[in-house]
Amino acid sequence: MKILFFAALRERLGCDSYELETALPTDINTVRSALQQAFPAQAGELTTERALAAVNQTLIHDNASINDGDEVAFFPPVTGG
Amino acid sequence: MMIFIAVQAEDFDVATEYAELRKDNRSDGAVVFFSGLVREMNQGDSVSGMALEHYPGMTEKALRQIVDEAAARWPLNRVRLIHRVGTLRVSDQIVFVGVSAAHREAAFAACHFIMDFLKNRAPFWKKEVTASGERWVEALSKDKKALDKWQK
Repeated sequence: MKILFFAALRERLGCDSYELETALPTDINTVRSALQQAFPAQAGELTTERALAAVNQTLIHDNASINDGDEVAFFPPVTGG
Repeated sequence: MMIFIAVQAEDFDVATEYAELRKDNRSDGAVVFFSGLVREMNQGDSVSGMALEHYPGMTEKALRQIVDEAAARWPLNRVRLIHRVGTLRVSDQIVFVGVSAAHREAAFAACHFIMDFLKNRAPFWKKEVTASGERWVEALSKDKKALDKWQK
């Protein structure tokens, strides 16, 4: 599955998306851990404090299941306004 | 209920937005608006400008959800919400939130509510340009705490 990154997280990981090999369905917590293993030097940038998660363009506050075709993104806490 | 939401690089004109909130509007006795600007000083450093990034698609969806939540809480008639993206300079306009309602209490509260939630839920990120280079703005805990007052 393809995972999107934005803003500072995109820059620190050095890519705007990542193709994660994983069995579906899965969930956000599992994907977050897999990303931390895929980017060990930036694992601290992918904690729940430092990286928010969205599934199908909606913020996820706890855990959430991910199915085939879902759009998944991680990004830093937002700073608009 | 009339809702207008825009995410755009172009500047906006407050007088035009105010006119839209008033146009043929016989039911509302109150218009409240907020506009956010690029400030020169941030966290002790002089800022010359910024770049605003967003998550196309999610941004519009998140803004609409915030406006819908406000409309569920207060009797509003019109909401106009504009947020700019791209390159901005000091004193440029960033955001506009305008609300019309029959009475001022709803208009004041809804405008405040929309801004507080936009600060925490809408996927925008600021990258400032300072004399020592570019830096991503870090989210502030005070913005998160601002949501506490809206707990039912």
